[in-house]
Amino acid sequence: MKGWARFAPFQLWARSLPFRVVLSTLAAAVVILVATGWFLMDQSSRGILAGKTQASVAEASSVVSTMRRDLSTTDLRTTSASERISRLVREAANRGQVGNQYFVVVETPISQIGTAGVAADSIPESIRSAVGTGDGLWSTPTMIRFTDSRVEEPGLVVAASLDVPGQAPYPIFFLFSTAQERQTLAVVQQAALATGVFLLAGLTITVYLTSLQVLRPVRLARLAAERLAAGHLDDRMAVVGTEDLAGLARSMNHMAEELDKKITQLQNLSLVQQRFVSDVSHELRTPLTTIRMAAEVLHAHRAAFDPASGRSSELLSAELDRFEELLTDLLEISRFDAGAAQLAIDDVDLAALTGEEVDALRHFAEQSGTVMVLDADVRCVAEVDSRRIRRILRNLITNAIEHGEGRPITVHVRGDDQGVAIAVRDHGVGFSAAEAGQVFNRFWRADPSRGRRVGGTGLGLSIALEDARLHGGWLTAWGRPGLGAQFRLTVPRRAGETLHGSPWPVVPPDLKEVTKLALK
Amino acid sequence: MSEVPRNSSPRILVVDDDEALSEMLHIVLGSEGFDARLCHTGDAAVAAFRDYRPDLVLLDLMLPGRDGVDVCREIRAESGVPIVMLTAKSDTIDVVDGLAAGADDYVAKPFKTQELIARIKTRLRRHVEPDSDVDSLRIGDLVIRVNEHTVRRGESEITLTPLEFDLLLALARRPRQAFTREVLLEEVWGYRHASDTRLVNVHVQRLRSKIEQDPEKPEIIVTVRGVGYRAGESKPA
Repeated sequence: MKGWARFAPFQLWARSLPFRVVLSTLAAAVVILVATGWFLMDQSSRGILAGKTQASVAEASSVVSTMRRDLSTTDLRTTSASERISRLVREAANRGQVGNQYFVVVETPISQIGTAGVAADSIPESIRSAVGTGDGLWSTPTMIRFTDSRVEEPGLVVAASLDVPGQAPYPIFFLFSTAQERQTLAVVQQAALATGVFLLAGLTITVYLTSLQVLRPVRLARLAAERLAAGHLDDRMAVVGTEDLAGLARSMNHMAEELDKKITQLQNLSLVQQRFVSDVSHELRTPLTTIRMAAEVLHAHRAAFDPASGRSSELLSAELDRFEELLTDLLEISRFDAGAAQLAIDDVDLAALTGEEVDALRHFAEQSGTVMVLDADVRCVAEVDSRRIRRILRNLITNAIEHGEGRPITVHVRGDDQGVAIAVRDHGVGFSAAEAGQVFNRFWRADPSRGRRVGGTGLGLSIALEDARLHGGWLTAWGRPGLGAQFRLTVPRRAGETLHGSPWPVVPPDLKEVTKLALK
Repeated sequence: MSEVPRNSSPRILVVDDDEALSEMLHIVLGSEGFDARLCHTGDAAVAAFRDYRPDLVLLDLMLPGRDGVDVCREIRAESGVPIVMLTAKSDTIDVVDGLAAGADDYVAKPFKTQELIARIKTRLRRHVEPDSDVDSLRIGDLVIRVNEHTVRRGESEITLTPLEFDLLLALARRPRQAFTREVLLEEVWGYRHASDTRLVNVHVQRLRSKIEQDPEKPEIIVTVRGVGYRAGESKPA
């Protein structure tokens, strides 16, 4: 259905400019061609038939007047009128036969004379009744039918009456065949049709080519824009062609230059920022080292101090730890912000690594009576930066212990073809679905009034998220108040590959049991 | 300067441009029973090293004048003395440069006194470690004489720093076993918790460049994908 819709004409109409131009032009051309064609055919058939009628009437008229003259001078004593007429009609018919000009039919009261084989019904009743009186000539189109095997053909009847002395006038009909004219018209019609078809075809091709020509610079501009987007900021379009097209190219190039400038500016800023971060790092760390060592010397001798000095030295040491952690985390965040963070990739068995981290924190967990369970696949090797993965895990597990209210914590490690997932599940206070999006925010705290046991800088999860992203991986948070939380890290097996799914669900699979227990 | 008896306090050369930190290090090292001498510039460092003949060098990477990496390379060229770098930028290329220049280990500022002392003691202990039940080991086409602290290919001896010797020995003692980088960090560097695996990678590279016939196709220290390293098959020299 989807595929069909994509190729449907209206889709093509919406998407392809040449298609639209060609189709509109064709529609307009068809209307114009049909109108002019109809007009042409109408005019030419009128003209040709009118000419034929005129010629026929003139011919008939001359024959009739000859006959009339003849009749008026006939000596009726020597020949009977009917004989005379018969002879005249025969002569006229013979003359008409020459060159197939016309057939003559005269209807005497007794019989029909004239050209042999012409059927009487070739003459329409209308003209028959019109011919009665006067010297006039009447004409009307008809179909000439034959009594023998000849095929009927289109024609023209010209009627007149012959005054016969002592008798009622005889109507005389001249039947002119218009087959030739009809044929001419048919040829003209065919020619017009063919011309129309050729015109349409030619027009289609011309319009299509023209639209392509017009679109070419647009397409070039599009390609240039795509190359710009791909980071080739040095690319420029050739400024050629008409004013409009050259203007387009000039504008594109101008835009590229401005972009280039802006990006260079930003890059410089970023470099300055990186340098600054690096310098701050060095400048702060050296005196901090001295302070820390001095504090430790004092701390070691605190027993010899008076209580106030002793306690002060303890506070100094403890706060130095916090200060250092905060500094480390801030510098780490700055490094991410500056885009200076880099992965040191290695093949790492994440199941084993997770086990080590869980074991390293087990002692800490036991202080709050928390049991930690590791549920890991046998081997889950992935290309990762083990230092960063350890940092993420340490952060997630410490968080789980801190917020787990002493209830068991499970750490799951699962691998599939694409990636490896490590999920840390606690059954502590949890957080609301709305808060799940906020936990990664810098310095965010679920409940500011809650005491900090573990400390933490408030940057841990932000750094973990950045670390996960650096691997092309995901870090997701799920939580419900009272039902605990699950943080899931997913990293691709091979560095640089895109994840399409995770071997472990976002929502903890044990949730149903938990919900049941909670309802009880 | 004559030979110093082995049982006197170990001597440590501190090369750092920060005078406050240097003085603090002097105090702390003194209280831990070390003899320390301070040097504040890179230019004077090598001369001080030759003059003082320390058992270990603490070397700041960022120095006025000649930088730490340079100093490190020069000291390493004439001695296998343990070098521990002090660095404020633990995750930059500087650290790898320093390790590649021959530093054995590094401590990132700001460090705790205990951490620094532990690192120093580990390096000094390894330096004089006596051994053991086995006298001679084979790895690849090399022969390691444990008590002599020598490595030979055929007749020619290969000069290794104590750390490189320890690394090779750790692999050779359990041939066919694949060592993770973390295990090597613990056995050779004395880290109880896994730390920076770049230490292992860089030193394996350095070691390979000394002992392998073709460091591009290592046969003595073989990489085990997804695990770490192991000793290659031993074969007659």
